Amino acid sequence: MSDPTRGLHRRRFLTGALGVGAGAALTACTSNAPAGGGGGPAVAPAPAAGAAEPGRPVTIGFSAPAADHGWIAAIANNAQAQAEEFPDVTFEAVNPTNDIAQQIAAVETLINRGVDALVILPNDGSQLTRVGRQAMDAGVAVINLDRIFDSPLAYRTWIGGDNYGMGVSAGHYIGTRLREAGVASPIIAEIAGIDSLPLTQERSRGFAEALATYGFAVGPRQAADFTAQGGQEVTANLLQASPRLDAVWNHDDDQGIGVLAAINQAGRNEFFMVGGAGSANAMREIQADTGVLKATVTYSPSMASSAVALARLVAQGRGMSDLAEQEVPASITLASATITKENVANYLPLGFES
Amino acid sequence: MSEQTAVPAADEHARVEQAAREAEPPRSAWSRVLDSGAGRNLGLVAVLVLLVIVGVATADTFLTTANLLTVLTQASIIGVLTVGVTFVIIGGGIDLSVGKVMALASVWATTVATQSYGPVVMIFCAIAVGVGAGLVNGLLIAYGRIVPFIVTLAMLISAQGLAERISGRRSQIVTDPVIAGIANTRLLGIPLLVYIFAAVVAVGWVVLNRTTFGRRTFAIGGNPEAARLAGLDVKRHTIGLYVVSGLCCGIAAIMIASLTTTGSSTHGTLYELDAIAAVIIGGTLLSGGRGTLIGSILGVLVFTTITNLFVLNNLATEVQNIAKGAIIVVAVLIQARAQRSSATG
Repeated sequence: MSDPTRGLHRRRFLTGALGVGAGAALTACTSNAPAGGGGGPAVAPAPAAGAAEPGRPVTIGFSAPAADHGWIAAIANNAQAQAEEFPDVTFEAVNPTNDIAQQIAAVETLINRGVDALVILPNDGSQLTRVGRQAMDAGVAVINLDRIFDSPLAYRTWIGGDNYGMGVSAGHYIGTRLREAGVASPIIAEIAGIDSLPLTQERSRGFAEALATYGFAVGPRQAADFTAQGGQEVTANLLQASPRLDAVWNHDDDQGIGVLAAINQAGRNEFFMVGGAGSANAMREIQADTGVLKATVTYSPSMASSAVALARLVAQGRGMSDLAEQEVPASITLASATITKENVANYLPLGFES
Repeated sequence: MSEQTAVPAADEHARVEQAAREAEPPRSAWSRVLDSGAGRNLGLVAVLVLLVIVGVATADTFLTTANLLTVLTQASIIGVLTVGVTFVIIGGGIDLSVGKVMALASVWATTVATQSYGPVVMIFCAIAVGVGAGLVNGLLIAYGRIVPFIVTLAMLISAQGLAERISGRRSQIVTDPVIAGIANTRLLGIPLLVYIFAAVVAVGWVVLNRTTFGRRTFAIGGNPEAARLAGLDVKRHTIGLYVVSGLCCGIAAIMIASLTTTGSSTHGTLYELDAIAAVIIGGTLLSGGRGTLIGSILGVLVFTTITNLFVLNNLATEVQNIAKGAIIVVAVLIQARAQRSSATG
């Protein structure tokens, strides 16, 4: 962290340009952000002694979409917090943006600054493949976070979540529970995220295929838009369409706040619900066990912490000391865990605030 | 303003109609009905009836009380915003900022600091943010002489930024039981949100059709130069219009915070377009000077009924989008035809 202020200055400048110079002061007195400003606790992976030992100083560039969502906010916060854990890492985060052209420009800027490694969560994997390739060709190791580039030539290592696996975990939890309860032909609803995204399609595919192993199928299925408002609207309508439900899988816990609000407002509780991603408030609901939410399947933003740790090792030319390999592997897929009342205590520290 | 001679031909029609409105000629009961919001919007009523028929035919739960109340509840928030937008558009302006001003107000009202002071402070904060944003819009448009499109677009962007900044891009969960309870409260079986919606529409209708403020809104929207020469304080009135819109945003913010149990910077995304679309298919001229509140509300109801129908029939998103676009075009076609025939008849 020899120059942690560079990103900060830019952010202040932008804030000022929006005419909200008072924003910082406002945030200080009205924000709901927990003390320390972290989006959920930084997840330190407790690296094995070898990997944790200080190596040669490296600079890691970081670019991610602008968050309008708790999960993406947690990604940025986790990356920053993880970088601060390493005395040998200089972290250069560029301004988050949802504009593809801007993200490309930002990554090019980082390449020109001569960073040693890049952690990129692209807005769109396909559209940023070219600039990933450009970085690799310039000798900058790219850690591709979550949304995958089209070509393996564009990244050194990919780490991300398992969307298909999320659907499978949710499907198995629902299938098992319904089979145990002896429900013959259950009505299982699915509230997806944004249908045009490949990640949503993967989640739905995993869900349907896992349910099929129990002889079950998805009933009503609607897409919201990953927001509380969208979740409320879609669910309010969906509940009217289905006077009786046995189970609901909602892809996303941020959206789930609205989904639960709609369920409450309709006074429905004849079914149980499974969430997605693993937000802290969803976990608290599961722990309290007072509503329909009985489980959530993880898609943890801790992957950002791991990505920074990997970027450091790659830049320093080291491997992961727990593995037999000399180098960091080319791809790492996180597993999607199912969090229920029984194991929620283990996961609560990893939950991100919506 | 009838002494005005240098009036472009296009404004002539609006001005004549305005003069006719102010003269209030004796009319038969039927022509009064035809001239009222619902009458002028026969096309929209026809589309709504058509949607209801499709609903009954395709989904057995469509005509249940619970479902109809769900549609009304979903319509209530965008409906309140649309009331404000109708005022602004009739007054010759445009407000692109409503969705995000609502989001900002919801975020402000649901911060921890505000929630610990209780529901009254939360409601006050939401209204203050809405009115404040409207005031800024109005001042910049009236005295800064910047076109409304640019000013409110800038407001949309900065309100979004400020909402993200304050909330830390998170959904701020409503813990206050009073605010959270609004969406769960029913009077005589009807959700409180629907009453709030109805009250805002009623007040809006009276202000627009029965007060000096309303008459001036039509006059200024029809021909601001004529209105100025007739002695109206156009600048002050313009500010007033954007404040009305901002006030609606503040009210809607509390409603959405209750309905979703969160204040969030993601609330109200694209609501400005939905509201403007509802106003336009409701028969209000985008150039100002002519329009009805009832038409706008019918427009909102058409949109929410469509969404409800799609979900009841479990249509996929892409099919929904194609159908929605087609239905909007059909609604506007029928609406334009109905208005043309009522204008000539």
